[in-house]
Amino acid sequence: MAEPIIQIRDLTKTFGQGADAVHALEHISLNIQKGEIFGIIGLSGAGKSTLVRCMNLLERPTAGSVVVDGQELTQLTDRQLRKARQSIGMIFQGFNLLMQRTALDNICFPLELTGVPKAQARKKARELLEVVGLGDRENAYPAQMSGGQKQRIAIARALATDPKVLLCDEATSALDPTTTLSILELLKDLNQKLGVTVVIITHEMKVVERICHRVAILSGGVVAEQGEVAEIFANPQSEIGRQLVYPGGVKLEALRESRVIRIAFNGGSSYEPLIASLAIDCGVKVNILGADTRNIDGKAFGTMLLGLPQDPAEAAKAVNYIQSQPNVTMEEVPDHG
Amino acid sequence: MAEFWNEYGGLILEGLRDTTIMVVASTIFAYIIGLPLGVLLIVTRPGGIWERPWCNRIVGWIINIGRSIPFIILMILLLDFTKFLVGTKIGVRGAIPPLVISAAPFIARMVESSLSEVDGGVVEAAQSMGASIWQIVRKVYLPEARPSLILGASISIVTIIAYTTIAGTVGAGGLGDLAVRYGYVRSVPPVLLTTVLLIIVMVQVVQSLFSWLSRKLDKRLR
Ligand SMILES: Nc1ncnc2c1ncn2[C@@H]1O[C@H](COP(=O)(O)OP(=O)(O)OP(=O)(O)O)[C@@H](O)[C@H]1O
Ligand SMILES: [Mg+2]
Repeated sequence: MAEPIIQIRDLTKTFGQGADAVHALEHISLNIQKGEIFGIIGLSGAGKSTLVRCMNLLERPTAGSVVVDGQELTQLTDRQLRKARQSIGMIFQGFNLLMQRTALDNICFPLELTGVPKAQARKKARELLEVVGLGDRENAYPAQMSGGQKQRIAIARALATDPKVLLCDEATSALDPTTTLSILELLKDLNQKLGVTVVIITHEMKVVERICHRVAILSGGVVAEQGEVAEIFANPQSEIGRQLVYPGGVKLEALRESRVIRIAFNGGSSYEPLIASLAIDCGVKVNILGADTRNIDGKAFGTMLLGLPQDPAEAAKAVNYIQSQPNVTMEEVPDHG
Repeated sequence: MAEFWNEYGGLILEGLRDTTIMVVASTIFAYIIGLPLGVLLIVTRPGGIWERPWCNRIVGWIINIGRSIPFIILMILLLDFTKFLVGTKIGVRGAIPPLVISAAPFIARMVESSLSEVDGGVVEAAQSMGASIWQIVRKVYLPEARPSLILGASISIVTIIAYTTIAGTVGAGGLGDLAVRYGYVRSVPPVLLTTVLLIIVMVQVVQSLFSWLSRKLDKRLR
């Protein structure tokens, strides 16, 4: 794979000193690849925000190294760091828009900082407004917009300087489920169209499931496990991983009584029709345990984990059906349990 | 009425003019000093964008000292300084330096309080975009706090109006001087009444104008 765009080595962050010291992060190492959507998930207080804030040095690590796009951030001078931050966009749970500026002027803000001429900045801002689907709201003030719209403006603003990385700290946590989905779709879209690497901090597994390629699970300031989303969904290794994947407290062993298969799409029809036709043609319902698929021009790529029905006959029927599909390959996920 | 106006009209207009000049000039100079000090307090405070604990403490002390000296005492203390600065200890010009020096620390605190209302998240967002300290002050703190700064200015101006009347009693001229000379010394109640009325009107006008401006410019209101 390509070289990582964010490389974190042995990162440690301690707040305070002596007896009051809070060890927010301890010896974190992560590689985030160019062009991927990387999730960081964990419970409240796990250190997620601290970790993402170390990626643009809003928080200075106590020890360790943070390399973004080939630059060791901890070694930069103030001026160099400010320059580096221009290629690291960030969005926040609270949107953090300038309340006294219109949507358009909010998007122009980072361009003003770098001295882009006003006319050029406005042109770029208008394009971005179109990209985030708010072309008609350029003169609206944040107070006149809904949460979802504000987050779209914040995304457009973060993208104004054409960053290579977009850091999202609980970007959807203040939004209702429908709006959350639309923002996630937008992020996925931007990731595909612009190739921007996206780092998503969340405490909700469904966010990871929806758009992340890989995920790191953070717990008590350490990485409990990391890997492909599909694999972690299929077979979480850590206690916290299991808690997050089966929040209802489903025992992994119970789930593993049935067979789990991984199917890979290599450009066939998109995956929803397959699952639907499986139900219609065979009368078999499968559980989607995890999916890492993308639709590109109506064709599906990626992998999906399916839990087969308990009944062996039904399971066999489903397997036969899937094997008969063009552009879909299938393998059985061995039972580690 | 006409008789009263013939006798005192000129004096009253002159007093009004002098007071206006003192208020406007002192406000401008006091902001030239107080605004940067208020900004300095915000940026250097713990957790600020340019954390400098000692600088913050020292500026804070100086401001507190300035604020704790009563205006009338400050005027006397500053007599020689005033003479050195503007060439006279009395009149409109003589009143301006002590007015500025006593209003500036007050204004610094008003500005500090307005700027502290700015959402830290927005400041952080600007930092994440690579904004410099100066850019954050100019493009985030000041514009975002604008409505509050304007309201603060109305309070500062009203305070300065009150100070000018005190300054008037020790030879600064203006409406305060009139009130003392004709109201207290010579006892011409209509003059005293008129000056009081004019001061009330000035305060009202400043207050309404600035409140209106603050509301009009606040984009947080729909
Ligand atoms: N500025 C700070 N000073 C002291 N302690 C801090 C500071 N920021 C974070 N912490 C501590 O570090 C730990 C990790 O905090 P962090 O905000 O990174 O958690 P999080 O995973 O983002 O949680 P949440 O989901 O609630 O946002 C917590 O124990 C928190 O109290
Ligand atoms: Mg957090």
